[in-house]
Amino acid sequence: MTQPFRLQVGGLIDRGQILNFRFDGRPYEGHPGDTLASALLANGVRVVARSFKYHRPRGIVSAGAEEPAALVQLETGAHTEPNRRPTDIALYDGLRAAGQHAWPSLGFDVGALIGGLGPLVPAGFYYKTFIQPRALWRALWEPALRRMAGLGEAPTLPDPSRYDKRHVHCDVMVIGGGPAGLAAALAAGRSGARVILADSDSVFGGALLRRFYRIGDGEGAQWAAGAVAELATMPELLLLPETTVTGLYDGNYLVAVERVGERLGPAAPAGLPRQRLWHIRARRIVLATGALERPPVFPDNDRPGIMLASAVESYLHRHAVMPGRRAVLFVNNDDSYRVAATLAAAGIAVAAIVDPRPEAGGAARRLVEGMPLYSGHVVVGTAGRAGLRRVWLRPRGRDGSAEGSATAIDCDLLAVSGGWNPTLNLFAQGGGGRLRFDEDLAAFVPGVTQADIDCVGAAAGSLGLGRCLAEGDAAGTRAATLCGFGPSGPSGEPSALPETDDREDTAQAPLAAPLLSRRGVRCAFVDLHNDVTAADIALAAREGYAAIEHAKRYTTLGMGTDQGKTGNIAGLALLAAATGQTIAATGTTSFRPPYVPVSYGVLAGRERGRLADPVRLTPMHDWHVAAGAVFEDVGQWKRPRYYPRGEDMAAAVRRECLAARDRVALFDGSTLGKIELFGRDAGRFLDRIYINRWQNLAVGQCRYGVMCRDDGMVFDDGIGTRLAPDRYFLTTTSGNAAAVFDWFEEWLQTEWPELEVFCNSVTEEWANATLVGPRARDVLAALAPRLALDRATFPFMRVREADVAGIPARIFRVGFSGELSYEINVPADRGLALWERLIETGAACDIAPYGTEAMHVMRAEKGYFIVGQETDGSVTPLDLGLGLLIGRDPDNPDRDFLGRRSLARSDTARPGRKQLVGLLPDDPEEVLPEGAQLVAELGGTPPLPMIGHVTSSYYGARLGRGFALALVEGGCSRHGEPVWAPLPDRIVAARICPPVFYDIDGNRRDG
Amino acid sequence: MLLIPCPWCGPRDEVEFGYGGEAHIARPTDPDALDDSAWAEYLFMRDNPKGLLTERWVHRNGCRRWFNLLRDTVSHRILAAYRIGEPPPARGEFP
Repeated sequence: MTQPFRLQVGGLIDRGQILNFRFDGRPYEGHPGDTLASALLANGVRVVARSFKYHRPRGIVSAGAEEPAALVQLETGAHTEPNRRPTDIALYDGLRAAGQHAWPSLGFDVGALIGGLGPLVPAGFYYKTFIQPRALWRALWEPALRRMAGLGEAPTLPDPSRYDKRHVHCDVMVIGGGPAGLAAALAAGRSGARVILADSDSVFGGALLRRFYRIGDGEGAQWAAGAVAELATMPELLLLPETTVTGLYDGNYLVAVERVGERLGPAAPAGLPRQRLWHIRARRIVLATGALERPPVFPDNDRPGIMLASAVESYLHRHAVMPGRRAVLFVNNDDSYRVAATLAAAGIAVAAIVDPRPEAGGAARRLVEGMPLYSGHVVVGTAGRAGLRRVWLRPRGRDGSAEGSATAIDCDLLAVSGGWNPTLNLFAQGGGGRLRFDEDLAAFVPGVTQADIDCVGAAAGSLGLGRCLAEGDAAGTRAATLCGFGPSGPSGEPSALPETDDREDTAQAPLAAPLLSRRGVRCAFVDLHNDVTAADIALAAREGYAAIEHAKRYTTLGMGTDQGKTGNIAGLALLAAATGQTIAATGTTSFRPPYVPVSYGVLAGRERGRLADPVRLTPMHDWHVAAGAVFEDVGQWKRPRYYPRGEDMAAAVRRECLAARDRVALFDGSTLGKIELFGRDAGRFLDRIYINRWQNLAVGQCRYGVMCRDDGMVFDDGIGTRLAPDRYFLTTTSGNAAAVFDWFEEWLQTEWPELEVFCNSVTEEWANATLVGPRARDVLAALAPRLALDRATFPFMRVREADVAGIPARIFRVGFSGELSYEINVPADRGLALWERLIETGAACDIAPYGTEAMHVMRAEKGYFIVGQETDGSVTPLDLGLGLLIGRDPDNPDRDFLGRRSLARSDTARPGRKQLVGLLPDDPEEVLPEGAQLVAELGGTPPLPMIGHVTSSYYGARLGRGFALALVEGGCSRHGEPVWAPLPDRIVAARICPPVFYDIDGNRRDG
Repeated sequence: MLLIPCPWCGPRDEVEFGYGGEAHIARPTDPDALDDSAWAEYLFMRDNPKGLLTERWVHRNGCRRWFNLLRDTVSHRILAAYRIGEPPPARGEFP
């Protein structure tokens, strides 16, 4: 038989179908209905992974998402995924997985040698040991430790799977499809409310799938199937199986991951998403997330074969798998006695039931009649290298410690239970949810919350089945009613609840501090995921990390992909005992999303690669591509940086600059932000926004403008044109277009609603081809024969409307290069045609297209600053030498504008502020790096006082030398003074000069 | 994520909105009348209460309208949304 641990009958598996899979290279068989974990157990695979720190062999501990130990690497190559829990991987044909952390193999792991060194690597070991010398840490310790520890391997190839997203709203969101959740969904759904029911499992039923419960006249699982069938008929009800709600956020906002094609593995059809991310906004939330069983802490409690009692039950009843052949139970609650009965019924010998309590309840005792019962005993040790072989018990003394002689019992399965913790991660994540420690239940239960949540069933600490159904039903009805939907019964009456075979066997013993000998604490694991032992917790408390958040970080308790689902509560109890506090006073660490690890792929969805961020292209983009342009990203825009002709960037930029300076060149300025302003008060509004005036601008004229925030710092600049008395056309920097538009709207709506002004963003309506250079007039004249272009008729800072190459155009006689220049704006869909005609016509003058780099060189030669390069939010117009721009209004000498008052603040008005200057390196071939710091004198002891920094630096083609712009303290009065830029490899000497290097009189610009 | 009731569009996800800081801070009508300290008070100083706060929001990816919210900074509950120019609700109405 290929599955030696498979039961012949029972279970929710399809024995008629074989699924082949490989684990650690070996072939195995399983059935539909199996998880990878149940299939591994059916095949007798006990060691599934090696542990994080000590490389101890680890097996499967749980049957759900809380699995702390048995982490696997799922699939290989591009499909590989680390840190997966075999307990929540539905088995599919062809699955490949491997145990994590083991090298060279699971059976023989070199790292396990470290296990023997356990006492030498306690919590805080890294901090203490490797702090000095630092070089040794970087070169030796860190690489070695990273290879030894760590989790699985991250994929190195792009994820080939497809992921989808959905956004939905609902009235009632029911999280968890166990008895309480199903009852809630039925009650809410029958009212007609829009309900979503989500459960991580592929089958609804929760605990009902784990053991035989009677509900009404039948089995619990049957009742669950019936409930699902009824829910499926409800038009407003959405069932989401295999969907884990991973986060709860403010405003009843939930994020969930649905596993869609994942159950088919890499062979899933290409169109099927592997997972789907759900964004859910609910009016009410019913939290029926159940409870997680907690493992007790005792020496060597991590051997393969030591398993949560509920997991043992689940593998037997649901998957028809024997987790072992001879079992011992170590449990502290009556409910777990049922597991002994289930084991016996499956033909598994129960060698002992060990219970630290003096006496179990009568019903529990009757369940295990005839089995060896060790009340008042504790497990004090285990043996078995590759899997459990034996346990030792001792009687528990009055003070809680173990005493008396040890009894050895052979077994290959130890089912453990330390009681149950309500699963309240979601409750505590959002909505300000606070937990409360319930002394009777010895567990944290829901406290106050601001979210619209009802907790029901085991999540609320109600462990009995009858109470789960009743609470679910009541919460479902309440939620629907609060959403405006009536009582749920067909006749308007609440539906009657079915009877259950619930008994009073759900009380939990208080979570006693585990019983540990001095020697035993070092191998008594609290957190199997991170290899945190009871000794580590005690050490943290001794060394002053007594607050739970400190102890967590010192020991790594509850960190990593597991987030302490099984181990945290025992860690809390130990810390509380060590610090002499109550568990309630010790508190919990913060719960943060996600509840289970979420892959980046599903978070990204389809927004990856080209769809990660919108790409904005100008109408002339295809021409630039064909011309071989090298592009740069400016915000979301792709802009040509230069157009190489078999040359490097420096040579291309030099050639492009000289074309513009000596002949004619063409620049794509379409990305410039463009805003049109209409309305009676447009001029008044602009006079308040800009430092310069606009009301006195004549129609048809252009003006350069600068705007500040109200703190006096430069925010944006551009050229404005008055098209009509009540209509202005403004340009902004390419990167700031949206921000400026928002800025206008903000002031118009919130501060000056009385102004009659309307803004319209027209950035994308206009293409802009900027024709630059001494021959620009000739090229334009050839294409716009009716337009008078002479200097007197169409001077600098004017606009004209005319046909250019037969295309209606607005021509602005403005520029950013210092040369004669025409910015020709045409409707965007004609941009390419215009561009091609300009290139064609300009060929006679050897026209060259130029990119943003040449544009930068030429504007810097003219001393034109760039917002965001020369400014950084701490630079005023006065710092830039723009004081003369501030427009005076003769009728209103006190004209106020945004930022004006701030320019007179003591800090902005003080002498010695950094001011814009030019820099000429002594060596004309030197090009200073941008960002270089400047000092006024060399020598002395570092650090030298830094008096400024380089903001822009280029090689000026026409200047024939390197030059720079810089912000220097008191720079305006330092013209002619020397400065130095101490660089890592050299010191550059330079001289301060005025920030205009080219055509100082503006004759070339004026054409 | 907050669900913000835009007074013009109705409830929408927070991602559609931009935050504009504390509301009802009028720009002084005569800035020159203020000394540096009073001007700095207007420019930089904001309440940061634990509890109720009136604040400005803009439905940036929606109707592009600015409006005001009364929000509890502890519970993140939104207690009222009102248009620019409307008076803030009396805080006594809310616990």
